[in-house]
Amino acid sequence: MTSQAPPAPPVQAIPPTAPRDAVRPPRWVVPAAGIVAVVAAYLAFRGTATLPHDDDAAPFRFVNDVRAWVDANRNQSPVFLFFVNYIRLFVGGLYDAFLLALQAPGWAGLIGIAAALGWLAGGWRIGLLSGLGFISFGVLGLWEASVATLALVLTAVLLSLVIGLPLGIWAGHSPRLRRLLAPVLDVMQIMPTFAYLAPMVLFFQIGPASGAVATLIYSVPPAIRIAALAMEQVSPTAVEASVSLGATRRQTLFKVELPMARATLGLAVNQTIMMALSMVVIAALIAAPGLGSDIIRGLTRANVGLMLPAGIAIVIMAIVLDRMTMSAAARPPYPVTGGKARIGPRLRWAVAAVLVAAGLALGRVLPAEFPEEWVLRFAAPVNEAVNWAKFSWYDVTDAIRNFITEVLLNPLQAVLTGAPWWLVTAVAVAVAWRTGGLRTAAVAAGCLLATALIGLWQHTMETLTTVLVAVVLTLLIGLLLGVAAARSPRFAAVQRPLLDAAQTMPAFVYLLPALALFGATRFTAIFASVIYAVPPVIRLVEDGIRNVSPAAVEAALSCGSTERQLLWKVRLPLARPAIRLAANQGIVMTLAMVVVGGLVGAGGLGYDVVSGFSQRTDFGMGFAAGVATVLLGILLDRITQGADRRPSPRTSDRTTTRKKRIA
Amino acid sequence: MRIASRIRLLAGLLTVGLAAAGCGGATVDTGTSSAQPSTGAGSSAPAAGGTVKIAINPWAGYEASAAVIAHLLEDKLGYTVEKKELAEQVSWEGFENGDVDVIVENWGHEDLKKSFIEEKKVAVEAGSTGNKGVIGWYIPKWMADKYPDITDYKNLNKYADLFKTSESGDKGQLLFGDPSYVSNEEALIKNLKLNYKVVVGGSEAALIESATQAQQQKKPLLFYFWDPHWLFNKVELARVNLPPYTEGCDADPKKVACDYAELDLDKIVSKKFADTGGKAYELVKNFQWTNEHQNAVANDITNNGMSAEEAAKKWVDANPTVWAAWIPK
Repeated sequence: MTSQAPPAPPVQAIPPTAPRDAVRPPRWVVPAAGIVAVVAAYLAFRGTATLPHDDDAAPFRFVNDVRAWVDANRNQSPVFLFFVNYIRLFVGGLYDAFLLALQAPGWAGLIGIAAALGWLAGGWRIGLLSGLGFISFGVLGLWEASVATLALVLTAVLLSLVIGLPLGIWAGHSPRLRRLLAPVLDVMQIMPTFAYLAPMVLFFQIGPASGAVATLIYSVPPAIRIAALAMEQVSPTAVEASVSLGATRRQTLFKVELPMARATLGLAVNQTIMMALSMVVIAALIAAPGLGSDIIRGLTRANVGLMLPAGIAIVIMAIVLDRMTMSAAARPPYPVTGGKARIGPRLRWAVAAVLVAAGLALGRVLPAEFPEEWVLRFAAPVNEAVNWAKFSWYDVTDAIRNFITEVLLNPLQAVLTGAPWWLVTAVAVAVAWRTGGLRTAAVAAGCLLATALIGLWQHTMETLTTVLVAVVLTLLIGLLLGVAAARSPRFAAVQRPLLDAAQTMPAFVYLLPALALFGATRFTAIFASVIYAVPPVIRLVEDGIRNVSPAAVEAALSCGSTERQLLWKVRLPLARPAIRLAANQGIVMTLAMVVVGGLVGAGGLGYDVVSGFSQRTDFGMGFAAGVATVLLGILLDRITQGADRRPSPRTSDRTTTRKKRIA
Repeated sequence: MRIASRIRLLAGLLTVGLAAAGCGGATVDTGTSSAQPSTGAGSSAPAAGGTVKIAINPWAGYEASAAVIAHLLEDKLGYTVEKKELAEQVSWEGFENGDVDVIVENWGHEDLKKSFIEEKKVAVEAGSTGNKGVIGWYIPKWMADKYPDITDYKNLNKYADLFKTSESGDKGQLLFGDPSYVSNEEALIKNLKLNYKVVVGGSEAALIESATQAQQQKKPLLFYFWDPHWLFNKVELARVNLPPYTEGCDADPKKVACDYAELDLDKIVSKKFADTGGKAYELVKNFQWTNEHQNAVANDITNNGMSAEEAAKKWVDANPTVWAAWIPK
């Protein structure tokens, strides 16, 4: 009786929902109806309202005209005379200075200095690592090229830090600036690296200066993002305390915030170096000197033996610089007092000085150039092995390639390019709406229509096809290996160093085995992008599954669920956010790689960019294709991420997951 | 505070170290560079011209010519040569700021000549290489034997089915090379109404491999290729006849409907190099050889496992009479 009054409101509340519940169709009906409608529309309107590609579209011609103007006014317009040309001279001079400084101690001297810096940064292990690493540049027969690459990386990194750290620190204090910067940084990171090159040549001509500027554009976003993150993470209590003690803003910044953010700022330096190293290879296309040149040479000659030593040298350089910066950042900011400090600062510097002096002294004794007889040459056996693999696996690789191409690529491409543009857009909008809500849907529609407006609809659809197929394969493999690693620590231990190595390689190096095995086709680009994108996906999946709350696992186990049930019903569903992030990462990385794949037959936007870079008449198309790639990247990024649920923290997620960990 | 001091210390040590090393290194450096001209055969290398920057475009024939010139410059005249891997059109940009001194094998590029030689005046022609260059569409010879009328472009559509691949879909495949090569392919297909699709192989190597396979396994193949090339000595090829070239028929790149012209391949150098390059410029200008010579060197580089330097040295050792005429007096 007494219960009658309280239930009344619920009863009244239920009627609006209850009848709906009764008639509400099962969950799958709406999507299924949508799919049926789309298929029907596709069948009815196939071939109509397609936007076939035209090499001579108006937007391309417009960009070509701009290019012609710049070309004609490079030595007249004040913008160039007083601004752009000075930047070129300054950056070029900086590069020359670094190169001179690195060459001056001679090879033995530089090895000594590297070892000393390693020692200072992280003790004898890092010292040994960096000494051996630098020796290996010579042993690979690439001393000169490695030094040039190092000079270019240092130039770009120095400039990135000079620009990026203050901007990042400022952004860390000003949410408004951060909001302003976020889309710009997004574009800089999604923009295919190739797409910078043609405008670079236009403004800065070819050579190390424009190579350094191109590298700078690529490596500055992580510096800004991570520096901003570092500022945000500084404990507000400490800042509060400092301010309440009467410190000025300046004092607070330099005495409290920066020291406390030291480790994260170290990560910013580290990431900037890693990004710069991966861009340096591509910059070789515009006559930036160094190791990239050898990789390009191997790629254009399809000669794996020529590329491999340069690829290894870049990986070694990445490992050395990574370990050095990471251990320097990890050192406690204040010397440890008490019994723990085994080596006094004076001794540390003395050892470092001895290492440098030893290197310089050896340099006097040894010949000026790295001795030829110490160089290990293995191009010939590598090429033999590649040829053997190519011919003996031909049937298998050919079958795999044709299967994927005929069964997945061609039909999907036929559908995407054959469907009317409004239908494709409608589907994209519907998917975006479902995953991210209204704003994401609007972004999706805007991006897709813009690609059509700049005359690249068909090629965007072709690239989309390649990316989708690559992402599906990446996620399949990534999930399998990630789950396996999460379940078996031994498997994870075997896999980890492989993943580390894979993430350090410049993207270009992946084209090499792919090219050797599959020839120049779209599948080659897919294969390369799968290798490129799988490691972070595996990591994210592994982490996600590992970090599922032990309580949930315990609960499931105590309810008597089997291993399999535990995986499918508990671990995977609970790891969904991590898997979603993995998909997002996979897509962005795949897109970057598919564009690089334009160099080896991937077609679509990637080829437009490559061809715009190498053929003057296609400059406009290449430029537009770079823009279209960014639009496609934003579209895919937003759809997988859901625009609404990812304010600023997401950016930090991305930068940290992009971090290349080298164990 | 302590961090700042540590950083300052580190920076200080770095500068001191580098400066000290710089002094040491500079003397070594100046020592070697001053010693070089005195011991080298060339007595007075021009001050600005100690280094010659040669663009390396991505095909074996070009690399062969460049390797021989570089070898002679280094070995006989005591210059240093910097080779830069660059695409054809990008190389021209290098004339403007001095990043490229020499292009050793230029295929036509009338538009670039107009822009860089006539308008900007940053480059000059340095004479023929002696090589005649022809670009064209080729098929393996067995196809020409089996389908005699296939070498006429008008019949290409009839045979389009033969050339279908998983990459070209329902059209025939026309295999193209490096994206930076001189190309009228898209315009030709469009203007001659051919049912074909250009598939980009990405490199000279991809073309060579496909052509070799097409001969060995009797696979149909239609591809873009050029002469001079050593491949003609290894694989029997037949050329497809496009509408013959007439003066000016390729003026508008979008409206081309004719075959490629036979080109007199020439060398282009930067204006600065022509003015101040001294003996190095003389050598580049005098360089002239035959297609056979180039094919021999290119063949050694691609097929006999030699580096470009080794192949050039081998040719130079074997042909002293040919290059003796190039060395400036």
